[in-house]
Amino acid sequence: MGKPYVSWARYPYTSQQAVDLQWRTDLLPDVPSVLPQGNARSYGDSCMNHGGLVASTRFMRRFMDFDPQSGLLRCEAGLQLADILNVVEPQGWFLPVTPGTKFVTVGGAIANDVHGKNHHLEGSFGNHVTQFELLRTDGSRRLCSPTENTDWFDATIGGLGLTGLITWAELQLKRVPNSAINLETIKYQDLATFFKLSEESEATHEYTAAWVDCLAAREKLGRGHFLRGNHARITQPKPAAAKLKLAMPIDPPLSLVNSLSLRAFNALYYNRLFQERTFATVHYDPFFYPLDFVHDWNRMYGPKGFLQYQCVVPNETSYDAIREILQRIADANSGSFLVVLKVFGKVPSRGMLSFPRPGATLALDFPYHGNKTMALFDQLDEVVVQAGGAIYPAKDAHMKGEHFRQFYPRHDDFKQFKDPGISSSFWRRVMEENT
Amino acid sequence: MKNWIIVGVTSAIAESVARIWAERGYKLFLVARNENRLADIAQDLKVRGAASVTTFAMDANAFERHQECFDAALKSMGRIDGILVAHGTLPDQKACETSFNVARSEIETNGLSVISLCTIAANLFEQQRQGDIAVISSVAGDRGRQSNYVYGAAKGMVSIFLQGLRNRLAKSGVHVTTIKPGFVDTPMTASFDKGGPLWASADQVASGIVGAVDKKRNVVYLPWFWWIIMNIIRHIPEFIFKKMKL
Ligand SMILES: Cc1cc2nc3c(=O)[nH]c(=O)nc-3n(C[C@H](O)[C@H](O)[C@H](O)COP(=O)(O)OP(=O)(O)OC[C@H]3O[C@@H](n4cnc5c(N)ncnc54)[C@H](O)[C@@H]3O)c2cc1C
Ligand SMILES: NC(=O)c1ccc[n+]([C@@H]2O[C@H](COP(=O)([O-])OP(=O)(O)OC[C@H]3O[C@@H](n4cnc5c(N)ncnc54)[C@H](OP(=O)(O)O)[C@@H]3O)[C@@H](O)[C@H]2O)c1
Repeated sequence: MGKPYVSWARYPYTSQQAVDLQWRTDLLPDVPSVLPQGNARSYGDSCMNHGGLVASTRFMRRFMDFDPQSGLLRCEAGLQLADILNVVEPQGWFLPVTPGTKFVTVGGAIANDVHGKNHHLEGSFGNHVTQFELLRTDGSRRLCSPTENTDWFDATIGGLGLTGLITWAELQLKRVPNSAINLETIKYQDLATFFKLSEESEATHEYTAAWVDCLAAREKLGRGHFLRGNHARITQPKPAAAKLKLAMPIDPPLSLVNSLSLRAFNALYYNRLFQERTFATVHYDPFFYPLDFVHDWNRMYGPKGFLQYQCVVPNETSYDAIREILQRIADANSGSFLVVLKVFGKVPSRGMLSFPRPGATLALDFPYHGNKTMALFDQLDEVVVQAGGAIYPAKDAHMKGEHFRQFYPRHDDFKQFKDPGISSSFWRRVMEENT
Repeated sequence: MKNWIIVGVTSAIAESVARIWAERGYKLFLVARNENRLADIAQDLKVRGAASVTTFAMDANAFERHQECFDAALKSMGRIDGILVAHGTLPDQKACETSFNVARSEIETNGLSVISLCTIAANLFEQQRQGDIAVISSVAGDRGRQSNYVYGAAKGMVSIFLQGLRNRLAKSGVHVTTIKPGFVDTPMTASFDKGGPLWASADQVASGIVGAVDKKRNVVYLPWFWWIIMNIIRHIPEFIFKKMKL
């Protein structure tokens, strides 16, 4: 078993003091500093509270009510999206928004206002939350919804756990004719084609995203596979879910991800498709959650852990900024297997500190190579700042405080909703330390 | 579809077993001492697909109510196919050393209450000529160690009682499964530093329990490698063992 309470990238911290909350009536512990935590699937330090405690909801994961007529679901905050799918998918319902792993909790999905491949149509997770209860360290409880305690509702969505603990939440699920996906994969040659494909798919495809070969340089920069899909028709047979699950049962002494394995993987993966276009009907698991197939895959990066980088840059500057970022990564001969590029839509995020906003978003991980990695990140940050973009706290262990404050202009407004008994390593890094 | 009683369903391991059985559409009769917690769990199991869920609030040490508990289960489910006994406490060993009253109450909770429940179940199932008895004991019951021998003594008593019961009931078609988990990441072990190869999650142990019951296993170590570890520990000669810090 991996260490509980440690963030997914296992960087910068490898241990964390914690208490478990098991029941909705439990109170937050009476300590100087605590932070709500879900399944610790955030990468950096936003779900960590080094020197203080985290209050984990991992044992608070019960359904409270599900109405198969209306698709309204009420559950405890520690319930994972995987459990929700198990129950609602056979009844014709699906998650309105899902990130790239189903092992996140509802509370964590709200607190990071997570997004998925359908952002261009559905917006982010918070857009589908109908109400929740917020528990503060002083023991008070508030029911928050789009009509009640609206300011608290908006502060808590994307609020990084800092406004209090969500004990339970209610979501509006989405009815689908079939959970399987009719998927079209297009092998494309360069960045301009990516943007063209995104634009033409926006109205026709519910789900879009691209996998980018981050080692391809110059005229091939940005080449990759563009994935677009819609839910299958009701009459189509559902493909079976893969039974075999792989696991990374041990911690290798070194990172298995290096520039050699990376080059081989990217070249093989890019050329995996012989044709320019392929069509397939696929089970929702490999489509939405390809990484969940390998349990504890984060361990393959070895004991030093890794970093993830995710930014968004506005449409006006996106082509040049993404080009610049990809070029710098290719030059550094760094980067990873998993580079995802997607264009966000215009549905406004509710949260005061929500990350999703119109523009192009790029996400990738890097094995941690000390200062070399940090120096590259500094360069990338400059590009994002110049472009008027933002970096995603859920994936971050590095951004400077001045940048955070620029990316999230409502941070001052937000402070009045922050619980004085709650803090996180992330918050101290970007708001309280002199950077 | 099966009808099961789960005693101590508020335990993280037992609740996780209950979820798996709910997804299979079992009828469940839930026993624990806290009414509100029972209600929360019952609601969850209904949404997950249990055919029916009934709750019964009882302290396991209320021996005089054990028969009533079975009567209520029989009434609500019509038939009982099995019982999982899961409740337990991890005693403060030092407190048990200084006060026999503390030790006695720990032995009551972890040992005697289990034996009382199993006695009633055994007689009922013997009569029905079918039924499964599954009990969570512990690897701690395999050998007494200075760090928790009162808990170990209670669990050891349960393991040996179940051995005899299995022997007695074999001819009646009633099956007895003794479950011996190692280190499990649950609220019971909140004060331990967790993580590493010896620790398992409650979900992992729960699916091991469900598998063991399905396959009518007699004694299971969960995860399996504890069988090796405990074999080694049991075979260390006493003159060496008594000097070890375990
Ligand atoms: C493989 C992988 C793929 C991913 N893909 C995506 C993606 O496509 N899109 C995306 O948006 N994200 C993605 N993520 C990030 C992930 O979705 C978010 O980090 C998510 O918030 C993690 O949820 P969690 O339950 O693990 O919460 P944690 O990581 O434990 O916590 C996240 C935040 O939520 C707060 N929090 C948790 N529970 C509560 C609560 N009950 N009340 C109040 N605050 C709470 C914490 O304080 C913290 O600030 C991915 C992560 C992984 C590992
Ligand atoms: N965790 C481990 O490492 C480990 C290892 C080996 C064996 N075990 C055994 O596994 C079983 C389940 O434990 P767990 O790890 O899941 O721990 P847990 O979550 O702490 O569960 C223990 C449960 O026992 C209940 N209980 C205690 N005294 C009771 C009483 N007098 N009457 C009724 N219920 C009572 C508690 O109920 P309340 O909710 O009312 O407090 C609690 O829900 C126990 O038998 C334990 O000994 C655990």
